[in-house]
Amino acid sequence: MTRHARPQWLAGAAGIAALGLTLTACGGAKIGDDSSASSGSSGKCGTFNLAVNPWVGYEADAAVVAYVAEKKLGCTVNKKDLKEQVAWQGFSTGQVDAVLENWGHPELVKKYITQQKVAESAGQTGNKGVIGWYVPPWLAKAYPDITNYKNLNKYAAKFKTSESGGKGQLLDGDPSYVTNDEALVKNLDLNFKVVYAGSETALIQAYRQAEKNKQWVIGYFYEPQWFLAEVPLVKVDLPAYKTGCDAVASKVACDYPVYDLDKIVSTKFAKSGSTAYNLVKNFSWTNDDQNTVAKYIAVDKLSDEAAAKKWVDANPDKVAAWIK
Amino acid sequence: MAAVADAPAKTGALSLRAVPRKVVIAAILVAWLVLFAVLRGKQTMTLAAADLTGLHRWFNDLNDSIGADRNSNPLFLYFFNEIRLVIDNLVTFVQNLISQPSGGRPVPTIGWLGVVGIVGYVSWAFGNWRVALLAVAGFTFFGLQGLWQESMDTLALTLSAVFVSLLIGIPLGIWAGLSDRFNKVMTPFLDFMQTMPTFVYLAPLTLFFLIGPASAVIATLVYAAPPAIRITAHGIRSVPATTVEAADSLGATRRQTLVKVLLPMSKRTVVMGINQTIMAALAMVTIAALIAAPGLGKTVMVALTSLDVGTAFNAGLAIVVMAIVLDRVTTAASGRAEAARRSGNRFAKWRKPLLVAGGVAALVTAYLSHTYVWAAEFPGEGTTGSNIAKAADSVTTWAQDNLSGVTNTVRDSVTNGLLNPFQTLLTDSPWWLVAAVLVSVGAVVGGWRAGVTAVVCVGLLIGTGVWSDAMTTLASTIVATLLVMLAGVLVGVWMGRSPMADRFIRPGLDAAQVMPPFVYLVPFLALFGATRFTAIVAAFVYAAPVTMKIIADGIRAVPETTVEAATAAGSSTWQIVTKVQLPMARSALTLATNQGLIYVLSMVVVGGLVGAGALGYDVVAGFSQGELYGKGLAAGLAIVLLGVMFDRITQAAARRTRA
Amino acid sequence: MISVRGLWKVFGPKADKVPGSPELSALSRRELMDQAGCTAAVRDVSFDVSPGEVFVVMGLSGSGKSTLVRCLTRLIEPTAGAVVFEGEDIRDADAKHLRDLRRRKFSMVFQHFGLLPHRRVLDNVSYGLEIRGMGKAERTKRAMEVVELVGLAGYENSYPDQLSGGMQQRVGLARALAGDPDVLLFDEPFSALDPLIRRDMQNEVIRLHHEVGKTMVFITHDLSEALKLGDRILIMRDGKMVQCGTGDELVGAPADDYVREFVSEVPRADVLTLKWIMRPATPEDHLDGPELGPDVVVREATRAVLAADKPVKVVKDGQLLGIVGDEEILAVIAGGDR
Repeated sequence: MTRHARPQWLAGAAGIAALGLTLTACGGAKIGDDSSASSGSSGKCGTFNLAVNPWVGYEADAAVVAYVAEKKLGCTVNKKDLKEQVAWQGFSTGQVDAVLENWGHPELVKKYITQQKVAESAGQTGNKGVIGWYVPPWLAKAYPDITNYKNLNKYAAKFKTSESGGKGQLLDGDPSYVTNDEALVKNLDLNFKVVYAGSETALIQAYRQAEKNKQWVIGYFYEPQWFLAEVPLVKVDLPAYKTGCDAVASKVACDYPVYDLDKIVSTKFAKSGSTAYNLVKNFSWTNDDQNTVAKYIAVDKLSDEAAAKKWVDANPDKVAAWIK
Repeated sequence: MAAVADAPAKTGALSLRAVPRKVVIAAILVAWLVLFAVLRGKQTMTLAAADLTGLHRWFNDLNDSIGADRNSNPLFLYFFNEIRLVIDNLVTFVQNLISQPSGGRPVPTIGWLGVVGIVGYVSWAFGNWRVALLAVAGFTFFGLQGLWQESMDTLALTLSAVFVSLLIGIPLGIWAGLSDRFNKVMTPFLDFMQTMPTFVYLAPLTLFFLIGPASAVIATLVYAAPPAIRITAHGIRSVPATTVEAADSLGATRRQTLVKVLLPMSKRTVVMGINQTIMAALAMVTIAALIAAPGLGKTVMVALTSLDVGTAFNAGLAIVVMAIVLDRVTTAASGRAEAARRSGNRFAKWRKPLLVAGGVAALVTAYLSHTYVWAAEFPGEGTTGSNIAKAADSVTTWAQDNLSGVTNTVRDSVTNGLLNPFQTLLTDSPWWLVAAVLVSVGAVVGGWRAGVTAVVCVGLLIGTGVWSDAMTTLASTIVATLLVMLAGVLVGVWMGRSPMADRFIRPGLDAAQVMPPFVYLVPFLALFGATRFTAIVAAFVYAAPVTMKIIADGIRAVPETTVEAATAAGSSTWQIVTKVQLPMARSALTLATNQGLIYVLSMVVVGGLVGAGALGYDVVAGFSQGELYGKGLAAGLAIVLLGVMFDRITQAAARRTRA
Repeated sequence: MISVRGLWKVFGPKADKVPGSPELSALSRRELMDQAGCTAAVRDVSFDVSPGEVFVVMGLSGSGKSTLVRCLTRLIEPTAGAVVFEGEDIRDADAKHLRDLRRRKFSMVFQHFGLLPHRRVLDNVSYGLEIRGMGKAERTKRAMEVVELVGLAGYENSYPDQLSGGMQQRVGLARALAGDPDVLLFDEPFSALDPLIRRDMQNEVIRLHHEVGKTMVFITHDLSEALKLGDRILIMRDGKMVQCGTGDELVGAPADDYVREFVSEVPRADVLTLKWIMRPATPEDHLDGPELGPDVVVREATRAVLAADKPVKVVKDGQLLGIVGDEEILAVIAGGDR
């Protein structure tokens, strides 16, 4: 009777399928094998594994670099959406060739560049990263003295929310971004509590609502960021940065340094002589350039390729400088 | 004639213990409040956001040493690499078949027409023509949304993950069904797999299995295999003992009993397990995107970085449609054999030739889609999709503009009235006081065995070093569970009593469970801000459907005779619900509390992304910053411990109410 | 007390068309199902129940008897017809009035008891009083009275799952009596019990009827139970009324072959009365034998008839109706299967 035979042949089929797949693995990695680093002798371009960190500015960088690599250099670009942690880990496993925009991250530098020696810096991107505390424009206009940190305590009560336990709320975002805010609040004697929104999305949404509904919000934010094209947040001045004032994390009482954003590549990729490596090494543009493309993607809702094409067609000289 | 004074001697076991139990719990709570007032703020074991304990540092070092060894350790080279290659090949094979360009051609081997044809045929062959129609409509919808390739990528990953899950899960489930000892050993592992937040092991997974389909499949597998194992085991165990006895008495060997009796009779349950495995796999789609898995999850996550609710909703809708199609097809497959026998369909004798004809037709569509462009790439620009996205955008904008007043008030009243007092009570009491309360309440509610589990879990919880955060999360969890149970009772009773209400509400509940939370979190952030309340609302949306369904089933299970008797006695609707149906559905209510709490806990990490802080944020931070990895792992363990502790307590309480 | 006129219950789409339409009404069950997709569970049933009477509705499974009794209090809504109680048609009652009728005038005892498992016996019995709004002290007192009445004294604090089937049904009985209703409805209350318990419960019902004197409508599929308990019996088949009358009428003058088949198993001696077996007096008969009334059950008269050497005269109000001799008695006792 077929009913009894059915479980048997199902089990048998499954077993054969599993066996077959295992046997194919013995033949070694074949199609779609991601673990191969970029191949190609000097002068040619093969596969290029590009990590894409999850913020729109980076997406803009990646869109343009991938477009140029594919269309002008004939590379096969594998874009991988990864957070910084996992992307750098990819350097040691050989699955990531380049990270296009690095915001400091001394701990990752120490681990992968200094200790494991699987990665190295490939120069600066030309973008200057500014981190700090920002307020919505309506607030800065109505109370101009709020941009000096010394006046924050005066307004602390207005920043109170259901999460800040009676103090003013200082909103932090994605935990990937290095923050000294807890130390700053303590060392500058501010009547504020750091509340962790947990994601950049939450942070942006808070600012958007604040500007629209005239709410009091102060939080951690940064340039370049596409959102600033929509709502130009105003920076609050903390005590100026001096070299070494952030050496001890718990004693920080000064503003964030200006970051020269740089590019990181795997040492294997750097030594490969691939033309993609040259492109990455030479790639550089301004904050305005990045904001333009970021706006195409986030606000105008163009696809990555369309946004890149638009910018590349409008700036042929800059692109030529990268691929010479 | 025995006087009423003799009553205690003849009193049922339940009543003698029921009254004192409530009194004991009340006494514990009063004592807690008193001691809290006296000892407030002392010995609370708080830990600042960036601080680490020794355990956390040890975890960090462990993680680092594994990473450093990766390229030289033979275990990696020969064992993990082989697994990775097998799974990678499986997924890539399916992808080349339906979603990714292959063999030098710019299109996959089988284009959209072929996939739709094959899906329709398979649904009809294994199910019935109604689900086949649904499947065809659903898959065509993906194309109309402009998400064909992404949907096929997700399908490839999901099917591979489900295949591997079943390959491992069903044999393990059979083993657990047959052997009590194995079942006991397996259960804690399964609990661990289902409650440990994926974020915790996502990064290490890419260390072992590299960034690629293998990691995505294994991350999905960890979450999707437990339902397969559990439900298969349950199916085997629910085969009536009398049937097995009959087989034994006829002289069947163990293997014969397994193959000829147990498996066929548990077939329906096993198919339900397959169904649940598919649902669990789909729930992992967005998280897998965090390790570069292609498909709909990626669309959602990328859209979120620019707060593009419309695009995220469009992709989320595709996930919901895929879940519905796969759910209906597998459910129909389980009922097909029986239904066909019973209906005595006139077409039954035409079935074989129709099957062959259908198979040929499916092959023809596959061939067409292989050869012609119009049948390979879905035509059109996906305008349906952009219209859906635009509509979603306008709805959320309208909601954000008009409902903010109401939502802010609700948020503030719940936070200030319920959440903050309770949280202060938990976090500002000395740790030993809270520990004592948890253990004693657990023992009173669930019995001494549950009490022992509570002691072990609380002890380990203290060891993780994230006690204060755990208390904060516990407060939000309990408030969320209370709200979930309230909604569960109200809607569940309604659904249980009215079949028509059930039919309309149920699809909404299924959609709410499958829609990726990230989709509706953006409007929630606008409505409620980055707060613990937002996290509670997100947990509510995910957990309430389950409780509603369980309670509805419980209400329906109340014997008709009893309800009829109460109606004949002249009870009003309210009296029937409160005096008859709810008391008799007590075990369903306890099960609903158990499941509601577990589902709420599973949303803790998502809560961390929208302002809940505490354990959720710790886990997310651990995933994002190497230095916090150990703390993130500890926070994940804390979530597991809370889950296990409350699961055991509520299950023990459920067993008691049934007894 | 209760007057049922032309009661119909049809299940299915377009059910209300069936009672009014002569062609549809005339169809058999199979035909009606095929043509209209409906099932007529109760077809045009009419009867009266007198106050204090035990009215039994009898039939095999599928005869519609359970549906009929449920129609009386609209637990199932009738499709057509009238149920007149105390001068008003119950079908016209609104929800509030219907609830009131159910609370105060009618009570029902169910085949599978329908007790609330999470309540003690006393609370189960007082349920009807509780939902009426009676105070706790008063309803506890009343409930205890009824518990004693049905012989469950001492078990009032037990839970249903601690009691046997027979005792559970006594609780059901007590619950039905607690509210002092005018009419008691029984839906095959003893079918789920052991035969010995069943006999005890039947005697219990008879005793209660003597003590409390309520009107009862009793559903059963057991003919001997019907004959034992019922003042009048209505036999139903396929939803239609077949015959309605006292036990001896059914046995002595069955309306058709169906009824004849039905009652063929009954020991005729226990049911038939002398008026059914007497023969007219002929001039050769001795007319000085003992006298008995026409409604004496044959079994009771047997000894007297056999002992007497003259035939027994059947006399009512001084008038001679007929005589019963050994032949007649033996024909019933010995050849009683036909």
